[in-house]
Amino acid sequence: MDSRMAEKSSVEAPRPSPRLSAREVAIRYGFLTLLFGLIVFFSLATRGFTSPQAAVFILQSVSITGILALGVTATLVVGGFDLSIGSIATSSMMAAAYVMVVLEQNALVAVLVCLAIGALVGLINGLIICYMRVPDLLATLGMMFLLIGLQRIPTEGRSIATGMTMPDGSTAEGTFSPAFLALGRHRFDLVIDNLVPASVVVLIVLAIVIWFFLEYTRFGRMMYAVGSNERAAEFAGAPVRAYRIWAYVISGVFAAIGGILLAARLGRGDIASGNNLLLDAVAAALIGFAVLGAAKPNAFGTAIGALFVGVLLQGLTMMNVPYYTQDFVKGAVLVIALIFTFALLGRRAR
Amino acid sequence: MGDDAVFRIAGLTKAFGPNAVLRGVALDLCAGEVTVLMGANGAGKSTLVKIMSGVHRADRGAMMLGDKPFSPASPAEAMRAGVVTVHQNINDGVVGALDVASNLVLDRLNGAGRGLFFNPRRVRREAREVADRMGLGIDLGAEVTNLPLADRQMVAIARAMAHEPQVMILDEPTSSLSSNEAERLFALIDRLRARGVAILYISHRMSDIRRLADRIVSLRDGAIAGKFEDKPLDYEGAVNAMLGQNLAQNLGRHSIDARDAAEPVFSASDIRIAPGARPLSLALGAGEVVAVTGLVGVGKTRLAETLFGIHRPVAGTMTLDGRSYAPRNAADAIGRGVFLVAKDRASTGIVPEFNIYENMSLPFLPRFSRLGVASRRVERQTARDQIGDLKIVCRSERDDLATLSGGNQQKVTVARWLTQPSRLLILDEPFQGVDIAARHDIAAKLREGAGGRATLLFLTELDEALETADRILVMSENTVVGEHRNADVDMDRLLADVAGRHHETARSV
Repeated sequence: MDSRMAEKSSVEAPRPSPRLSAREVAIRYGFLTLLFGLIVFFSLATRGFTSPQAAVFILQSVSITGILALGVTATLVVGGFDLSIGSIATSSMMAAAYVMVVLEQNALVAVLVCLAIGALVGLINGLIICYMRVPDLLATLGMMFLLIGLQRIPTEGRSIATGMTMPDGSTAEGTFSPAFLALGRHRFDLVIDNLVPASVVVLIVLAIVIWFFLEYTRFGRMMYAVGSNERAAEFAGAPVRAYRIWAYVISGVFAAIGGILLAARLGRGDIASGNNLLLDAVAAALIGFAVLGAAKPNAFGTAIGALFVGVLLQGLTMMNVPYYTQDFVKGAVLVIALIFTFALLGRRAR
Repeated sequence: MGDDAVFRIAGLTKAFGPNAVLRGVALDLCAGEVTVLMGANGAGKSTLVKIMSGVHRADRGAMMLGDKPFSPASPAEAMRAGVVTVHQNINDGVVGALDVASNLVLDRLNGAGRGLFFNPRRVRREAREVADRMGLGIDLGAEVTNLPLADRQMVAIARAMAHEPQVMILDEPTSSLSSNEAERLFALIDRLRARGVAILYISHRMSDIRRLADRIVSLRDGAIAGKFEDKPLDYEGAVNAMLGQNLAQNLGRHSIDARDAAEPVFSASDIRIAPGARPLSLALGAGEVVAVTGLVGVGKTRLAETLFGIHRPVAGTMTLDGRSYAPRNAADAIGRGVFLVAKDRASTGIVPEFNIYENMSLPFLPRFSRLGVASRRVERQTARDQIGDLKIVCRSERDDLATLSGGNQQKVTVARWLTQPSRLLILDEPFQGVDIAARHDIAAKLREGAGGRATLLFLTELDEALETADRILVMSENTVVGEHRNADVDMDRLLADVAGRHHETARSV
């Protein structure tokens, strides 16, 4: 051990040449090139892939998973993981429906309740992980099961829609408020009328916010430090536990926002929806490791990762590839991206 | 001697790449004797142990066990031949998830010729035999994870003894034990000695060495620097051989102008840094560089981290700039201007994924930020200044830290704490894994900037202390036992302090 230290210090590390080698170029731009190539391929192979409507459709299809992925990126940055995001999103969706349909409250109350649930669950996750010393994967896995069960209890396992029969025999009279539904269905004008859905706007805004937060604020920098070398961060005076807890709160709130958009899109509290949210979001965040050769969780990469999955699935759908192959394609892309990240950039793999 | 040696090593050499770690080591171990091996960090102790236990193979040289040549190809082979090693990391020697009985006979459960099933009652019986032979008073049904460290260590040793070894190597077995626990371990070692086992005991703790040693062998730079077997053993001589051989020459060469403190900055009165430790006091003034030296494991890092708020003292009070100082964490300490360049930069210093300027600004990000947004322009300018000041070899402040050599990485970790003015700057082993040139650069910078602050260095190597400090404090067993002004240092007394003979030496300066 001692001898190895001495050895390391006496041998000067090789200095990389200022110009990038072919390998470095491949690592840095490989994934973006692949994405661009896919877009070119699909626009040649199908009709209508390059239209603004198709582009917006792709964005809309990935908006909810993208938002969840941005949240889970925050936990990946501090060296953690959040498996409960999918169930936080569906719980938030059920809560929104319950607040409006059963409790007959307005859109604002519904949104605030959802955000509070997300923040609270994230806080609990963080406390369990930091103070009870439960490993992150297990704590959030437990939370996932807990929430999947919890969201069914108020309605005895039924989906929530106007006119449903409550457990006590009465009928729920509340309705989804139009303002709330607009979150999922309104389209803003951009050059073409009714082009950009609200959910896409939310995705883009959140992506920019979390990207700026992680890259440019001191809090984001410290979160990376905590994830990369927790003891070094502690010795630099960082409140390590607080940063880790905040990461889970961010993740929980983002997942809750995803759930709100899901409820607004569906117009009901559907007990069966949102099954794929967790896996798709995690895939997008992990694919993000490979973007620009970052080899670490990053918001830009996550957004590109989500987009990549969206482009691929939309393209394949337009080429009439059967829907049941979708999960296989997503899985294959994820595996390739992970190999790309960890094999080519082995040095910095965590 | 020589004739009654059961284990002999002659002319052993080993190099890793261009680094010669062992340069012709000769060593004899006798039955029923405890031979203590002393050596500073990097002297080659671990490599020697690894060759003896079959982890590494020697480049040249011979080992003899009894009258047969001994060159194990694997740890298992060494163990079967009768040379067992109990490693420093206790948990390497036991399997946590199993009970004590299974651990004691674990090695019998493996290997060719064993049946597919094992008989729990036979395991119990065999384990009972082993335990009785060793006088091990531990519940055999207890899970190892539930045992205190000392008991785990005893189980590891008893397990090793199940092989009826001729030679047992104990690599710093007390490094994580309290003194009470250690005493139980010593009783066990006495029993091994009485059974005629040749024991090689590696330790830095002078109290262990005084308690156990029949002979002492000092290793320095990969060669035996001294053997001591005449009673009473010459402990200072052994320490001198391990650390201080060149001290006499170095004294003249590196002598520095010892300065005195201008005004008091920091004082600690009667703080105890660990339960059961004797209280220590120290006073540090502006403008002076004070080195704390002492062997590995005497509490230097504990003291450094206590002053920095990572640990809290068990008792006593600290004062900084005339005000009470009781930091609850590193942030408190940094807020008051107490900075620590922590030991072992890889685990406590650098953030490997950050570049140079991001590493340098890490503790002071709030000072580099406005409304929470970090100002990269200021960060980079500060880093460029430090790169010039400390002669850090790099292409730019945006280089990844992993591309720098060890010495330059260390300069970055030191530079981080020089970017802001401090009241008390603490550096724990700042020259670890650093070449001579980098060491001189860092030391010169520290002395040059010492004016407005108190500077406290923790150094195991006496050479480094003599080269950089105005005043040298010596620690032993979690307390300060001696103080020397770095001008015409009485080397004999300094070495005696290091060797822990404080109770017999006059303590005044």
